[in-house]
Amino acid sequence: MVVLSQKSASLLHMEVLEGSRAVAEVVKRCRPHVISAYPITPQTHIVENLAQMVADGELASEFVNVESEHSAASVCLGAAATGARTYTATSSQGLALMSEVLYNIAGLRLPVVLTCANRTLSAPLSIWNDHQDSLMVRDAGVIQLFAEDCQEAADMHIQAYKLAEDHRVLLPVMVAMDGFILTHTFEPVTIPTQEEVDAFLPPYQPLHYLTPKAPLSMGTWCEPDKFLEVKYMMHQAMEVALTLIPQIAEDFRRHFGRYSGGLIEEYRMDDAQTAFVAMGSLVTTIKDTVDELREEGHRVGLVKIRAYRPFPTQAVARALEGVERVAVIEKAISIGGVGILAADIKSALYGRERPMVGTFIAGLGGRDVTKDSLRWIMERLEEGATLQEFVDLNLSLIGDDEG
Amino acid sequence: MKLTIGLVTSPGTSRANKTGDWRVRRPVFLHKTCTGCLLCQLCCPEGVVYGEAKTFDCDFDYCKGCGICAQVCPVHDIEMELEGE
Repeated sequence: MVVLSQKSASLLHMEVLEGSRAVAEVVKRCRPHVISAYPITPQTHIVENLAQMVADGELASEFVNVESEHSAASVCLGAAATGARTYTATSSQGLALMSEVLYNIAGLRLPVVLTCANRTLSAPLSIWNDHQDSLMVRDAGVIQLFAEDCQEAADMHIQAYKLAEDHRVLLPVMVAMDGFILTHTFEPVTIPTQEEVDAFLPPYQPLHYLTPKAPLSMGTWCEPDKFLEVKYMMHQAMEVALTLIPQIAEDFRRHFGRYSGGLIEEYRMDDAQTAFVAMGSLVTTIKDTVDELREEGHRVGLVKIRAYRPFPTQAVARALEGVERVAVIEKAISIGGVGILAADIKSALYGRERPMVGTFIAGLGGRDVTKDSLRWIMERLEEGATLQEFVDLNLSLIGDDEG
Repeated sequence: MKLTIGLVTSPGTSRANKTGDWRVRRPVFLHKTCTGCLLCQLCCPEGVVYGEAKTFDCDFDYCKGCGICAQVCPVHDIEMELEGE
């Protein structure tokens, strides 16, 4: 939820835009030197828009068309190594193909910013939304920020560059926005002016960069006696990001008049006995449901996870203090395991006075998670739900040959 | 050497780092039948064979002991010897 300050002149810039268009408009204002991407639904509109801007001469970027997402990420890696500000976007299998390069981008400490228009992974073939793709690269060293609505998605990209390029961080940042639900939805969005973005986001100053004038080697061979320390340095950079993300959000508020960032958002958590935990656009539906349930007398609230990596362990533990029951709603599945987000939530609560934590698998492959789904979740939780529940599971669909 | 962000180092480390220490066999230049044909020098993948007819030798800081020089020598004037013997 974006709160506008009263004096906000940015209302003047508010337009009804498709989510993808909004992202393209702000990425343009971040002035990337190099953009490289390969089209995949539902990411396509973002990079189509950017390609059009370059073709029309509105955006002075090098747009490199490539034959795969592996190459798109590789182009960004190489360009970032020369000190360029870079951008790419992808979804689903495209992110899977990029994953090998993402580990390298992170390990080389290159501040590439990318958008993941969240879509599930095949098989079965599906173009629809869930968070399986982003969570697949959870451990790569990529900072992951999840957007609730189009405004937040747009604002997060501006903040993403500032975060990624900070010399204490120097890690890639992925803005995750739900495919179709956000990328293809028209919402009123305030697009800042070029001057406003320039005032917030200075040109990228690389710490090291490749140039023939001063040759250097990057990402050199590493023996077992040093590898651990390199990973430790990346982890430390993530820890720094944990403190920088709220600071950058505050700085953003001062410049643009809205708070569109931070690690988590607590919604009606005062005196809450039951808490929902979720990421992405589903959060808006949960907020509406929480309002209704509150009117009916239920003491229920919501903790929205905005920063998934680095994971805000302390903030989550504080937010859930005193809560009796927690429903973690997972738009992804660890097949054979118990929750992905829920594992982080439980870990954050370990060693404390901790609530019962239920894992609810919901909204996979684009299935709607409705207010009724959320009410069912709360009822199951109050009944004492089992470790992991599948929301809106229709067992009658499963044929006799199963098992 | 201190670790830097992104493992950035000065160039030229392949010279600074002695890389011959995993060699199992070392070439021995016998200097008996050598005709100075230079095949040992031309075929060495590391470029570490130096000298001329009957004086060829090798820079053991970088020689990996691959044995190509001994293999290509048309007059069998190079032998591969186990390290440590």
